[in-house]
Amino acid sequence: MMARCLLLLALCWAWIGPAQAHKASDSYLTLAVQNEKIEGQWDIALRDLEMAVGLDANDDAAITWDEVRARHEAIAAYALARLKLAGDGQACSLRVSEHLIDRHTDGAYAVLRLRGACPAPVATLTVDYSLLFDIDPQHKGLLRLTHGTATSSAIFAPDARSQALQVAAPARWRQFVDYVRHGVWHIWIGFDHILFLVSLLLPAVLVRRDGQWQGRETLRACVIDVLKIVTAFTLAHSLTLTLAVLGALSLPSRLVESLIAASVILAALNNLWPLVQRWRALVAFVFGLIHGFGFASVLADLGLAQGALVLSLVGFNVGVELGQLAIVAVFLPLAYAMRRGLFYRRAVMAGGSALIALLAMVWLAERALDLKLMT
Amino acid sequence: MLGKIILLFACACTLAPAGAAPSIPASGSQVLERLPGGLDPARRELQGLRAALSGKPNDLTLATTLAQRYIEQSRRDGDPRYLGYAEAALAPWWTQPQPPSPVLVLRATLRQSTHQFGPALTDLDAVLKRDSGNSQAWLTRATVQLITGDFAGARASCMRLYSRAPELVVQACLSSVGSVSGQAGASYERLRQTYTARADASPALRAWVATLLGEMAARLGRPDAAEAHMREALAFDAADSYLLGAYADFLLDRDRAPEVIKLLKDKTQADALLLRYAIALKNAGAPGAAQASAELAARFEAAMRRRDSVHQREQARFELALRGDTAAAVRLAKLNWAVQKEPADLHILAQAALASKDPEATAIVRNWLGSSKIEDATIAPTIARLGAKA
Repeated sequence: MMARCLLLLALCWAWIGPAQAHKASDSYLTLAVQNEKIEGQWDIALRDLEMAVGLDANDDAAITWDEVRARHEAIAAYALARLKLAGDGQACSLRVSEHLIDRHTDGAYAVLRLRGACPAPVATLTVDYSLLFDIDPQHKGLLRLTHGTATSSAIFAPDARSQALQVAAPARWRQFVDYVRHGVWHIWIGFDHILFLVSLLLPAVLVRRDGQWQGRETLRACVIDVLKIVTAFTLAHSLTLTLAVLGALSLPSRLVESLIAASVILAALNNLWPLVQRWRALVAFVFGLIHGFGFASVLADLGLAQGALVLSLVGFNVGVELGQLAIVAVFLPLAYAMRRGLFYRRAVMAGGSALIALLAMVWLAERALDLKLMT
Repeated sequence: MLGKIILLFACACTLAPAGAAPSIPASGSQVLERLPGGLDPARRELQGLRAALSGKPNDLTLATTLAQRYIEQSRRDGDPRYLGYAEAALAPWWTQPQPPSPVLVLRATLRQSTHQFGPALTDLDAVLKRDSGNSQAWLTRATVQLITGDFAGARASCMRLYSRAPELVVQACLSSVGSVSGQAGASYERLRQTYTARADASPALRAWVATLLGEMAARLGRPDAAEAHMREALAFDAADSYLLGAYADFLLDRDRAPEVIKLLKDKTQADALLLRYAIALKNAGAPGAAQASAELAARFEAAMRRRDSVHQREQARFELALRGDTAAAVRLAKLNWAVQKEPADLHILAQAALASKDPEATAIVRNWLGSSKIEDATIAPTIARLGAKA
């Protein structure tokens, strides 16, 4: 403590500023980038603007709103000349759309609302910042950049005037991963899809001979059957999912949900009283079309990533397929190992199918009649 | 000379909430900001110097004069913006490999103010290598060494001031070092005698020696003498933010919070004074304590956003006294101690160590008490409890 005093003793010689202080000069810059469009806000302290362009017209050490208003053009020109934005190397335009006033911890700030545009959608935004550095080298520019739901920040100082910030690439990749995760999650919690798939897969390790189920001879035959069913289901639901998301097709969700329940019933009953045997892949395809509408409504609830429709669609679909593959990966080895035993045919195949059918009937009743039978 | 500046400063934006929402002011005549310095001639003088320098940016004398004036202004108002302006005035020489000596001394001063003690010493040593008679460089060097706890080095630097600086300055330098390194009583007495003998010194110098004496007396456990010294200093300059902080601490140590509230009510613009004000409100159970604390939190947050770490001492005190976050307090107090080692730094470190029971902080305090031989009645109760706990 006394060191501070000590230096002051030499006041007539030179002295040191104490750390007890308000903060040094900062400006607060917020930018939101969406494709090629830029919106933003820039808060610059009135005290700093007074030093830079002069605000106190009547020189009474008090800055009024009228005095600030009279200098709006000069403020905008001064600020914009010291902020250069470029999207992937190409300069972006920037203008001030509105002037406001706000308070920060160290006083009143001019608030400049910014609008700008880049020649093309921005992947990397380069920000060149040189506000006030000539007047106050301890000034810092605090940038917050938002793109979609992601936010990044940067600090500009005399030795860090230019910084490149990733806008698209990592955000897109993250979005994609997010949608993949949503897709997997939806399969995991969407029992109707799982049970439909399981109903179709249960007989895949068996073959119908003389009105009796028998275990298939080779793994290869089993795998081919599974592959056919899964591929048909995937193709079908991807098709309707895409068409529905693009707005080309739409069905009322109650109808879709009811039809999905019905599809599970039919698939399960077909295992008990086989009507369709060799064409199960076709069944998977037809009902897969309905399930696709179900996925679409989930995706609609999640919301599509702004400006990244294909990305979210593909991501979600990849997630659904990954979830499906996980089910198959667990199911196939177990079923193949047990396929010849009575337990599989009676308990798993017949009993399981009956249970699934029963459960799906409850769903159908609930969905078609808008009831609540199970909690 | 140490004028009457801050007056207009306080009224503008006391305890306004930060960053509410941008809006258009209701009327054109509404005052949005009052410029620090107000109508004081000092502000005009600075404006004039700045205008003159912009016409002749390479005029060394003009530039160093302006930089020096800005540094003084920063100290008086507790406003770091002036430090940036000072640096800007020195821009033509700032990045030169061998800046002129006056620029180096000022650069060291500016670097010290942002806690770049190492680079500051490098600048000063460069000056003294060229000119071992530069008393300002020796004094600044002593100060940096004192802050960083290099008492032997500080004493040696003070000795170089003999016959180069006024007697009161030399004695203040030596007593400042002696007072925290085992010769508290003798250092106080010697400085008091010189102070009495040198009634002809400038009021600014006398004000600061009185402040020093006040702090020394408080550490010696002589509160009546301490208060008399501080009041004398206040009579020279009632608006000095450093002195107000020191006096507020003295009062807070003696449970005289209501007096602190009265003293600092209109001076909360400086963070260090807002801190004491908020603590006083809390201790007195006065309304507005929470609001003052929230305002202070916003200021620390703003400082951290720009990655400033010069406020760690104050922030540690804030966490301990106002937030009750002992873990944060001791973490900050230790970080601060790694940088500076003045009695106030030891004070907060000891209190945080006691509250958090942090063994590392306790060990640092104990080792420092042993090695520095500091005598300080104001932290004795804390130290006693710290010792009893161990």
